[in-house]
Amino acid sequence: MNVPGAWYLALAAIIFCIGAVGLLVRRNALVMFMCVELMLNAVNLTFVTFARMLDDVGGQVFVFFTLVVAAAEVVIGLALIVSIFRRRQGATADDISLLRG
Amino acid sequence: MDAVRLAWLIPAFPLAGVVILYLGRRFLKEPLSGWIATLMMAGAFVMSVVVFSGLHSLPEENRQVVLRGVEWITAGGFSVRFGLLVDPLSVTMVLFVTGVGALIHLYSIGYMHGQERFTRFFTYLNLFAVSMLVLVLAGNYLLLFLGWEGVGLCSYLLVSFWFERPSAARAGKKAFVTNRVGDFGFMLAMFLIFSHLGTLDLLSAASSAPHLSRGTATAVALLLYLAAAGKSAQGPLFIWLPDAMEGPTPVSALIHAATMVTAGVYLLVRSHPFLQHGPAAGDVVAWVGAFTAFIAATIALTNFDIKKVLAYSTISQLGYMFLAVGVGAYTAAIFHMVTHAFFKALLFLGAGSVMHGMEDNQDMRVMGGLRKFMPITAVTFIVAWLAIAGIVPFAGFWSKDEILAATWVGGAGVSAHYFLWFVGAVTALLTAFYMTRQVWLVFYGDERWRGKLHHDPHESPKVMTIPLVVLGVLSFVGGALNIPKEGFKNLTEWLHAAVPVKPLEVHSFGQGFMLSTIAVILGVIGILIGARIYNRGLRNGQDPTLVRLGGLGRFFDRGWGIDPAISWFVDKPGRALADVLAQPVDQGVIDGAVNGVAAVFAAVARAVRKVQTGFVRNYALTLLSGATIVLFIFLIRGTV
Amino acid sequence: MEWAVFVVFAIAAVGGAGGVVLARKPVHAALSLVMTLFSVAVFFVLEGAQFLAAVQVIVYAGAIVILFLFVIMLLGIDREDVLDEPLRGQRPVAVAAGVALFAGLLLVAKILQPTGAPSVRGSLTQGDVPNVERLARGLFTDFLWPFEITSALLVIAVVGAIVLARRSGPGRILDEDERVGGGSDAGPEAVLIPGDAPEPPGEQEQ
Repeated sequence: MNVPGAWYLALAAIIFCIGAVGLLVRRNALVMFMCVELMLNAVNLTFVTFARMLDDVGGQVFVFFTLVVAAAEVVIGLALIVSIFRRRQGATADDISLLRG
Repeated sequence: MDAVRLAWLIPAFPLAGVVILYLGRRFLKEPLSGWIATLMMAGAFVMSVVVFSGLHSLPEENRQVVLRGVEWITAGGFSVRFGLLVDPLSVTMVLFVTGVGALIHLYSIGYMHGQERFTRFFTYLNLFAVSMLVLVLAGNYLLLFLGWEGVGLCSYLLVSFWFERPSAARAGKKAFVTNRVGDFGFMLAMFLIFSHLGTLDLLSAASSAPHLSRGTATAVALLLYLAAAGKSAQGPLFIWLPDAMEGPTPVSALIHAATMVTAGVYLLVRSHPFLQHGPAAGDVVAWVGAFTAFIAATIALTNFDIKKVLAYSTISQLGYMFLAVGVGAYTAAIFHMVTHAFFKALLFLGAGSVMHGMEDNQDMRVMGGLRKFMPITAVTFIVAWLAIAGIVPFAGFWSKDEILAATWVGGAGVSAHYFLWFVGAVTALLTAFYMTRQVWLVFYGDERWRGKLHHDPHESPKVMTIPLVVLGVLSFVGGALNIPKEGFKNLTEWLHAAVPVKPLEVHSFGQGFMLSTIAVILGVIGILIGARIYNRGLRNGQDPTLVRLGGLGRFFDRGWGIDPAISWFVDKPGRALADVLAQPVDQGVIDGAVNGVAAVFAAVARAVRKVQTGFVRNYALTLLSGATIVLFIFLIRGTV
Repeated sequence: MEWAVFVVFAIAAVGGAGGVVLARKPVHAALSLVMTLFSVAVFFVLEGAQFLAAVQVIVYAGAIVILFLFVIMLLGIDREDVLDEPLRGQRPVAVAAGVALFAGLLLVAKILQPTGAPSVRGSLTQGDVPNVERLARGLFTDFLWPFEITSALLVIAVVGAIVLARRSGPGRILDEDERVGGGSDAGPEAVLIPGDAPEPPGEQEQ
């Protein structure tokens, strides 16, 4: 009756890859950020799955910390996006290209 | 108390002189700077005597002292120090270099009176002394080469001292460039020595020389001879010495008579193990030396320039020294070097004195009868003349006779040594002849200068005549250094520690006596012929010898056409080669390669630059791709 | 029973993920993200991480997504053209990399086995301790040090956000071709690399 851990891992892999591709393909800064959140969630799912498979509490504690750090990251990231794109309509990630060599 | 260890001080004195005269060049003027320089040389001479007595007090086996000195170059297996070799040979050289050098410095105070660059002259003279002393005292070939180059440099500086004269500037360049040809040989020889023997140290190389193959030893010897030929004006490389007479006369006396030109002989004597193990080289040295002596003597026969005659005479006498080296009579070569230093320096200084009294005129056609006006100069000049002509008991007789005797005996497998003896004998005759010609034209006969000078000729000041007298005495008694009789062969015995070669002995006393007599007779004949011809002075301003010899005489007078031939050769093929090398080779190949390397880098950079698009998404893509690849690497590693 | 829940919410999760990537308007993307987050919370419950599921809903879906929505509304980033891709080759390579990554991860899951080594940080389920208590015990004993540091991190994040988002003065709306921080498409104000000036996005080459 129990779903084997492998299925969860496969699911997490799918979500992670979708998030990765989305990060690379979308230009809107906010959507890119959401893709990052997708990837983080997939990782969390993996950790919890392993915590169950290996019977180790460390996995779940790690997810806890991941959540905290993700939250902090979102705060700062959105503040940055706000400060950069505040004045520009339709800003995209491609506009920050001053490092072009 | 180890006086030998003080050998460092010998070159230190003139070096101090250079520093003092250079740093104080604004305040030190005539004549103080001249006295400072002379005192430094005198100090060096005193140190030489001290070191000599120290070395003399050592037993004979211990007489090759190596002063290790400070490290100079160390690179991998190659190590060279500023080390000195103090042994009988170097001490002998040092003694006469500093002694004669001090006398010439003293003389120059009077000769260069009133010159603009007085102080600079003495700075150069002292610098030359430092270089020569380093050359002679050096304990390894590289340090010797340093001194070698130094004397070449000073020769250039001093020959073109009056550089406002284009001929003087050209002469300085010619001297330097011709020397350079020899230096090329020196460097190649050093490379060979190091690569085969692993050391440039003089003593180590000498003792290991027998390990070389015949071919290599001959090559080394020939290359060193090339160097010596450049420095000592042998063979076709003699062309620079007559032109070098453009420099002030003390320079000619010091550098081109007594010291620098003898550096070549010194080098070969030092490297005698190579000559001994590569006997073909000895042949070359002896033959070229003998013929150089002969050719130079013929050129001197009809020359009217008082200094040029002496220049060719120097080339000729150097030829004798190399002849001696070639047949293996090393001690005889050194002996002749020492006596030649005495009388040739005296001759040059005397000529300078004559020129000084004749308002710098060098042409013998407007001289004559000067012995009444310059008695001291005349007497000392005559002493030197008798010495060079080889008249008993003057110094030149003993040394030249020893060389001729050694050539007669024939050492070191030199081929046809009797023929070489004959060449040497004829040259001795010619030497006596042209020197007599010079003495007669200058000091005897009609006073051809009457009405052409502002003042009557006068004797030179004491500063100039004292060195003349000292050298005159030395030219007279100098033979005592090495009379070929038991108990008097001081120089031979003394040098034995440094040059452990059995001197060439004539087979019997009778043979030796006969050879000596022939030598003296040749000298006397030369003098008599010369006196007879020139007693009547010049006929209508023409040299009677030139008239008598006709076409042959003109051929001799023009130097056998050697100098123009060399110039033509350097100009045509040499210039063509230089053009080829400059344009396509240097610009095209070498510059092209260097620029090409830079261009390759620039092109690569331009290509790689395209990665920096500036777009974050591209960078993120690269990151992801990289991570995926790493993942697969781990997977494969784990399973395979 | 569990299987059914799993399958349903798996579809929801993947669908939400696809929605985030493919939605035209950012608001739609945010809503899709919420769907995925809820599904993941359900998975947490299924796997016995009840506390984490609660935290997931509260923090992620409740706070973070709200933040996203606020920013969307604030900045008025409305629509975006998803159809064209100005950077050459970006899309195909991205998709290829994604597929490769997925294949790699699957292989890892297949090939590598859990080692079966004893727990590093203590058992999760032994003794039938309730999840919250087990988690709390671990957090405040073994993981106390990271706990304190992450709380410091949160404070820093808050301070940083305030500093970053402050307005330095009354701003103005920029024109179409003006850049943030000054300069225009003609070139940046301070040229760090002489020679090449950045070109407008439309004509970029790679």
